[in-house]
Amino acid sequence: MAATVVNPTRMELTRLKRKLKTAQRGHKLLKDKRDELMKQFLDTVREVRTLRSQVEAELMRVHGSFTVASALMSGAAMEQALMYPKQSVELDMSFHNVMSVNVPTYTYKTRTSDTSDIFPYGFATTSGELDSAVEALGDVFQSMLKLAQIEKTAQLLAEEIEKTRRRVNALEYVMIPNTQEAIRYITMKLDENERSTTTRLMKVKDMLLQQALEEQKARDAEALQNFQ
Amino acid sequence: MARYHIAVIGDKDSVLGFKVLGLATFPVDSVDQARTTLHTIAKENYGIIYLTETLAASMDSDIARYKDVLTTAIILIPGKEGSQGIGMRNIKKAVERAVGADIL
Repeated sequence: MAATVVNPTRMELTRLKRKLKTAQRGHKLLKDKRDELMKQFLDTVREVRTLRSQVEAELMRVHGSFTVASALMSGAAMEQALMYPKQSVELDMSFHNVMSVNVPTYTYKTRTSDTSDIFPYGFATTSGELDSAVEALGDVFQSMLKLAQIEKTAQLLAEEIEKTRRRVNALEYVMIPNTQEAIRYITMKLDENERSTTTRLMKVKDMLLQQALEEQKARDAEALQNFQ
Repeated sequence: MARYHIAVIGDKDSVLGFKVLGLATFPVDSVDQARTTLHTIAKENYGIIYLTETLAASMDSDIARYKDVLTTAIILIPGKEGSQGIGMRNIKKAVERAVGADIL
């Protein structure tokens, strides 16, 4: 317990009181931060869940189309058709701030802007299935990018929430009670000191009075003797 | 604003199509190979790495390493074999991490 090592002085008491005030304010702020983060996080997670199931379903369809295409064409021909991509994608990443957490925002640039102009092969030697598979993949890619963005956001928010929650708990259950305990200890110690000073003074006063009384008695007795 | 690339790691059949879109594809045959590829390209300029669930199933610790890295997002996608629910399970784990219990 922290109370056993503190110095019971007025200066320490003032310091601890200030510390307690700061801790309580920090606790309140962090708690608010945690609540808001949690709200944002849950919104994001809900979005991730719907988008993910959608992307997964779409991707499965695309895989299906590719399987059909590869059944209609020889593996080598298909590989050859897809070997040299016409399209290239570059990813731009900027960041925005959600309750002091930096989360990425993706925008992407493609070399050819026309989405129908992505087929890197001539249509003569390939099957039509491949075309629709590639096209479907192009469509699902948009959602995949969005998914990447919000899923990363969710991960980063989860990390920050975990950290904030720990801080809130540390303040609430360790730091603040310990400081309060120390303050109580010092207050009691100081009060006790004061009381002991008072009793000592009373005792001293009694002793002085007693002495004065006896001196007075002695003087009276002497005066009486002289008088007789 | 920095420029990044997008990578796809998976078995050959699963990643084939992504090449057409202009993504960098890394076909791998084994989990070990996927692991080395992942760590190599994570050091390079790749902002998003899509990884098939089949491989991800046995690469938990490798993926966890990049979970808190801001500029590398590892996103699981279903491979040819279909969705195994690992992506969804990871969302659940994130919720558990943040809230302490699965509340959704």
